[in-house]
Order: sequence, then C-alpha cells, then structure tokens
Amino acid sequence: MAATVKYDEVEAGQEIPAVEYRVRRVDLVKYAGASGDFNPIHWNERHAKAVGLPDVIAHGMYTMAQGGRFVTDWAGDPGAVVEYGVRFSSMVVVPDDDQGATITISGVVEEKREDKRVVVALTAKSGDARVLSRARAVVQLS
Amino acid sequence: MPLNRDFVGRTYTSSAPYEVSRVKISEFATAIGDTNPIYHDRQAAVAAGHPDVVAPPTFPIVFSLLGTGDALSDPDLGLNFAMVVHGEQRFEYERPIHAGDELVCASTIEEIRSVGRNELLTLRSDISTTSGELVCRTYNIIVERGGAA
Repeated sequence: MAATVKYDEVEAGQEIPAVEYRVRRVDLVKYAGASGDFNPIHWNERHAKAVGLPDVIAHGMYTMAQGGRFVTDWAGDPGAVVEYGVRFSSMVVVPDDDQGATITISGVVEEKREDKRVVVALTAKSGDARVLSRARAVVQLS
Repeated sequence: MPLNRDFVGRTYTSSAPYEVSRVKISEFATAIGDTNPIYHDRQAAVAAGHPDVVAPPTFPIVFSLLGTGDALSDPDLGLNFAMVVHGEQRFEYERPIHAGDELVCASTIEEIRSVGRNELLTLRSDISTTSGELVCRTYNIIVERGGAA
C-alpha cells in the first residue's frame, strides 16, 4: 500500500482544489441502510420538523465520509489515512427535490511531519454554512 | 436532565466479533458514492499492496458502537436519545481495516461534561483483532441538546 502523492513534492500551504459532492434524499436512505443509522431525522421530513429541524438533514457521518473521500482521492490510497477527525459544526439540510444539497470540500496541506506524514486541513461547506470544523487528516505519503 | 457521571470510566465490549466482509465494504463505499476500486475489487486492492479490499476511513462507525447500545439506553445514564446529535468524531488507524478482519470493540465512556446547556459524552472505542492486535481507535462525542439545562 502506498500513496501516489510523494512527500518530497508536497509543500506546507499547498492547496488541494475543491470538489463538490451532491447529496440527495436517496443518498441518505442508502447511507442509513449501509451504516445502520436509521434516525428518522435523516429521511423523514415530518419527524425532522417535529423535533425542530428545518427539514431532513444529512448524517454527520455522511458528510465526514465525503471528506474522507476527498482525502483518499488526493492521496491515491485509502490505506494512507492514519488519522481523521472532525467536529460537526452545522447541519446539511437536504430538500426533497432532484438537486438535493451540495457539500463543497477543499483542503490545504497544513503541516509536514516526520516519517513522510502530512496534516491536511479540510474545509466543508454547504451553502454558506461551514458544516465541518477542526477537520484534519494525517496522511502517510510515499 | 444531567447525565449520570457514575458512568465515566465504564467499558463495554462487543458480545461477538464483527466480521468485515467484501460485500459490506462495497455496500458502504457505494452508499458514500465512492467508486475507488480498492473498495470494490479484490484484485485492485491486492495490486495496491493490500491483502484484500480495504474499508473507507469512516467505515468503523458501522460496528464501533455496537457494544454501547445497552449502556447508552440504560435509564440510569439519563440520556434522551431524541435530543442527541453527533458532536465530534475521530479515527486513529494502526493499519487499514480489510475484508476478512474479525474485530472486537471495547468502548469506554471517557468523559461526561456540560457545555452551556448541553451535555457532552465522549466514547473511546479500541478496535482489535480477535488475536489482540490493535487496529483502530475511535473517539465519538455525542451531544445531548438541552441536557444540562
């Protein structure tokens, strides 16, 4: 297993271009089934509104998974991620239409560490809201 | 209602090992929209140097809390699930999880604290193979909205 990104070719401060990820109701239904998290706030509008939410919201872990995808696609190997953590700072509201919501993720190489590891800081937004904060991945480069 | 601090330090272990399968990894990867062949195709994973298909970084969420369900729903803890949201999540990997792994989880309630009107509960899960090799550690902070009010 090896990342395709080489440590020596990466500099601190280097930006990783933004990628947009679409999330529609059907994606949340699929994620509920695959993850086992069937909390109705993620698929039932009636329930979501009854507990004070504006509409159905995405699983925080769905958004975190898109951040993971962003990092592993950049690194070139899922096995290169040695640490990954986020704080869920705002919700991703998913309307019942064909467009759904968009999560836009970008990154920056925040720090180069020893042993060919780097810290990637992620920014994740949906609309104007920052949906993840303190999102960091430690990646083992080659 | 404030959460019962007597639960801090308690550890809960999964009752049976979780067997990581190729089908489940592929299903999870499909659900997050990830078509990376290392998640779906054993040959691609082997060509990349892995013993079998590997799990996406957030995959341990599928099984890491299986042992804690009874603890979190224990009336003595006082957690109102209707008010729970996910606050933070972190994974620390010793190595990638791959199909064929048989994993056991030991989850410890590390901390319970009040922040404003909310109650925050930190769970640490140590995920190891059945032969005792530590594979991954997860940290999960759940927030009970209004619990401290």
